[in-house]
Amino acid sequence: MTYQASEQSDDPVLSLDSITKIFPGVKALDGVVLHLYAGEVTALIGENGAGKSTVVKTLTGIYQPDGGRIMLDGQPVQFPTPQDAADAGVTAIHQETVLFDELTVAENVYIGHAPKNRFGLIDTKAMHAKTTEILNSIGAPIDAGVKLKDLGIASRHLVAIARALSVEARVVIMDEPTAALSQTEIEELYELVDTLKAQGKAILFISHKFDEIFRIADRYTVFRDGQFVGAGKMSDVKEAELVQMMVGRAVDQLFPKRHAEIGDEVLKVVGYSHPTEFEDINFTLRRGEILGFYGLVGAGRSEFMQSLIGITRPSKGAVRIDDKVRVIRSPADAIKAGIVYVPEDRGKQGAILDMPIFQNVTLPSLHKTSRDGFIRLAEEFALAREYTERLDLRAASLDTNVGALSGGNQQKVVIAKWLATQPRVIILDEPTKGIDIGSKAAVHDFMSELAAQGLSVIMVSSEIPEILGMSDRVIVMREGRMAVELQGDDLSPETLVRHAVGIQAQGDAA
Amino acid sequence: MSHLKSREAILFGAILCLLFVVATRFPAFVAPGTLVAVFTDTSPLMILAMGQMAVILTRCIDLSVAANLALTGMVCAMINVAAPDLPVAVILAVSLAMGAMLGAINGILVWKLSIPPIVVTLGTMTIFRGIIFLLTEGKWINAHEMSPQFTGFPRADVLGMPVLGWIAVLVSVVMLVVMARTTLGRSIYAVGGNPHAAVYTGIDVGKTQFAAFVISGMLAGLTGYLWVARYSVAYVDIAGGFELDVVAACVIGGVSIAGGAGTVVGTLLGALFLGVVKNALPVVDISPFWQLAISGAAIIIAVAFNAQSGRSKGRVILKSAEHAQ
Repeated sequence: MTYQASEQSDDPVLSLDSITKIFPGVKALDGVVLHLYAGEVTALIGENGAGKSTVVKTLTGIYQPDGGRIMLDGQPVQFPTPQDAADAGVTAIHQETVLFDELTVAENVYIGHAPKNRFGLIDTKAMHAKTTEILNSIGAPIDAGVKLKDLGIASRHLVAIARALSVEARVVIMDEPTAALSQTEIEELYELVDTLKAQGKAILFISHKFDEIFRIADRYTVFRDGQFVGAGKMSDVKEAELVQMMVGRAVDQLFPKRHAEIGDEVLKVVGYSHPTEFEDINFTLRRGEILGFYGLVGAGRSEFMQSLIGITRPSKGAVRIDDKVRVIRSPADAIKAGIVYVPEDRGKQGAILDMPIFQNVTLPSLHKTSRDGFIRLAEEFALAREYTERLDLRAASLDTNVGALSGGNQQKVVIAKWLATQPRVIILDEPTKGIDIGSKAAVHDFMSELAAQGLSVIMVSSEIPEILGMSDRVIVMREGRMAVELQGDDLSPETLVRHAVGIQAQGDAA
Repeated sequence: MSHLKSREAILFGAILCLLFVVATRFPAFVAPGTLVAVFTDTSPLMILAMGQMAVILTRCIDLSVAANLALTGMVCAMINVAAPDLPVAVILAVSLAMGAMLGAINGILVWKLSIPPIVVTLGTMTIFRGIIFLLTEGKWINAHEMSPQFTGFPRADVLGMPVLGWIAVLVSVVMLVVMARTTLGRSIYAVGGNPHAAVYTGIDVGKTQFAAFVISGMLAGLTGYLWVARYSVAYVDIAGGFELDVVAACVIGGVSIAGGAGTVVGTLLGALFLGVVKNALPVVDISPFWQLAISGAAIIIAVAFNAQSGRSKGRVILKSAEHAQ
C-alpha cells in the first residue's frame, strides 16, 4: 500500500481528483485519484465492489460525483449528462455493449449523432463513408451496410468500439472488454489497443485478468472498497504486490462466527455439470457447516446454485441428501428435498412486492397450511408470525405489502419464507450485497445461529472478509470449474484471489 | 392493498353518482325491479370478467372468450335441436366442459410452446368463429327450433331475480373463494406479481397460466349456453367484439394489465359500471356516441390510475438497484 508518486514528465489528459460518490448507506467512492495519459493504457484493478464501475459511470456523465473534481487537460470540468462527456471526448465501451440488431453497422455506429445533410435529414452516404474509415483505422474489415444481427460476437465488439471512436475520442474506457471473447479475438483486441495507443488516445482498461493487464497496460491504479490504494508503472510492480494491494487488509471483527457442532454429512454433490455454465462440481456439506463459494463475478457460482435447485437442468451429476439420491427437476423438488435458495436479487427473484408479508412468507409452504387446495388462514398466519418473529421483523402488520418495507426488512421476509419450509440446506447468494454495515452484522449473526441450530449453509459471496470470516470451508470457482477447496490455515485473502483470477503461486507472496 | 380498496370505493361511488344523476331525470330507473334487470343484463359480462381477471392476473390476456362463448353456445343449441329432451343439467355440464377444453387449448399453447398469449388467443378467436361457420354453414338456430326448457332456464325467476343473475352471483362467490383461499388463487397472484420469485418458490408459472385459461374458458362456455338461451338465437357472430368489454371491465375494476394486482370485488364493480352506463344512458336520451365516450374515458382513467400505482412500484425497484451499486 505504497503510493508511488508518478514520475512522468507529461501531464495527464484526464484526472479524477479526490472524487467521492455516496449512495444511500454506502460510500461507493471515497476520495479516489486516477490519472489517464495520452498514448498509454492505465489498468484499473480491484475486487468486486471496489468502485470500478462507479468510476466509469462518473467519467461518462451517468453519475455526478458528490465531492472532488474531474480535470481535463488540467482544467476542472463537469459532465452533467453522458452527452457532455462524449463532447469532451470521453467514451466508454461497456461490459454489455448496447447495440441494435435490426440496424446496419453504420447506423449503430452513428446512432444519436448521425451526420446530417442540408435538409436536416440523415446523410447516409457520409455516415457509411465515415464508418468505413473508422473500421479501417482499427483494422476491422466489416461492411458498414450489413445488419448487425448478421455479425458474429467479435465483429459486434468491433462495431461497439467503432461507435466509441466515432465521437472524436481522446479517452477510451474499456470495461472488461475481453469477458465475452475467445483467445484469438482477445489477441485481435490487444492489437487494436496498440493501434489506439499509437493514435495518442488515453485508455482506461478495466479487467480482472492479470495476464492481460501485464500484457497491455503501461500503468496501474488499484482501488479497494471505494478507496485509492496505489498507482504506478507496470514495469515497477510484480503480480504478488498487486494481489496484496487488492486484498490487503485485516479481516475485521464483523463476523461473529459461533462454533457450531459440525455433524454428519447432509449433502453430497457428485460431478455436477452443465453444457455451457459449469463443469464437474463435487463437494460435501455437513450438518452445522458453513461452506463459502468464492469467485469473480461470472465464475458460474450462481448458475451452479440455480441448477442445484432445479431452475436449470444439469447435463450430468447427482445429488445425495442424507445418503439418499434425490432427483431435483424443479424448485418444488428442491424444496421437498430440503434445499432452498435465497437469491441475490431481492427485488427480482425474492419477494413479491404487491403481496402482503404473510402471503410472501408462506408461499413455498402453502401445502402445509392447506387441505385439498384450500388455505387455512389461521394456520397460515400462525406460520408467518412464527418465522417473522424469529427474524425480529418489524412491520405494522403482516398484512402490509412487502413493497412498503425497507430493503433490510424485505431481505428478512425472503429469509423467513425459506426458513418456514424447514430446510436441511440453505443457500444464501450474496446475502449482504447492498445493505449497510449494521444490517450486515445482523445477517452474519443470524447465519451463525442457523448453523448452530444444525442447518447446513452454503454462502455465495464475492466479499473476501465475509468469506474468510464466516466459512468453515471455501470452494473457489473460476470459469465454471472448481479451482480449489480450502480450509483452515490455507485460507488467506491472497490464496483466494490467486485461485479466483487464475495465477500460479510464485513462491511466497511478498 | 389500501389503494386498491380505495379504488373500489371510488368505483362504487361513481356507480352511485351515475345512478343518482339518472334518477333525477328518470326516477323509475332506480326502482328495485329495474336495478335487478340491469344486474341480470350485466351478468354475462360479470361472469366472463371473473375468468378474464384470473388470466390477466397471470400476465396473460384471453381475447378468445367471446368466440369461445359463441362456439360453445352454438354447440349447446345444436345438441338441443338434436335432442330436445336432454335435461338442462346435461347442457350446463357440456357447456362447462367444452368451454374448459377450448380454454385448455389456449393454455397449452401458452404453457408448452411459450407463444405470447395475445397471439395465441387472437388466433383461436378466429379459429373458433371459423369452426361455427363450418358447423352451420352460416345458418342461424332460432327460437322456434329450441326447446322451452332450454331457453327458459336462464330466465326462470327465483326470489325476484332470473337464474342468470343468480349464476353470476354464484360464480362471483366461487371466484372470491378461489382467489382468496386456495393455493391456486395464491399462485395466480404470485405468478403475475413476480414470475421470477414464483419460480424460486416452486410454483410452475406455465401451469398456473394454463389453469387461468381453463377457468376463463370454462366460464366463457357457461356464458355461451346462457347467452344463446337468453336471446333464443345462435349464429356465427353472437357477442362479436364482446371480449373488449370484458377486458375493459377488468381494467376499470383495477386489474393491472402488468399482472399480479386486482380483486374480485373490483372486477365486479368494473363490469357493473359498464352495465349501468350501457343501460342508463339510453333511458335519459344520451346518444350512443356518449355511451362509448364515457366507457372509453373510464378505461383511460382506470389505466392512468394503474400506471400511477405502477410508477411508485418502479421507484422502489430503482432505489434498491441504486443501493446495490
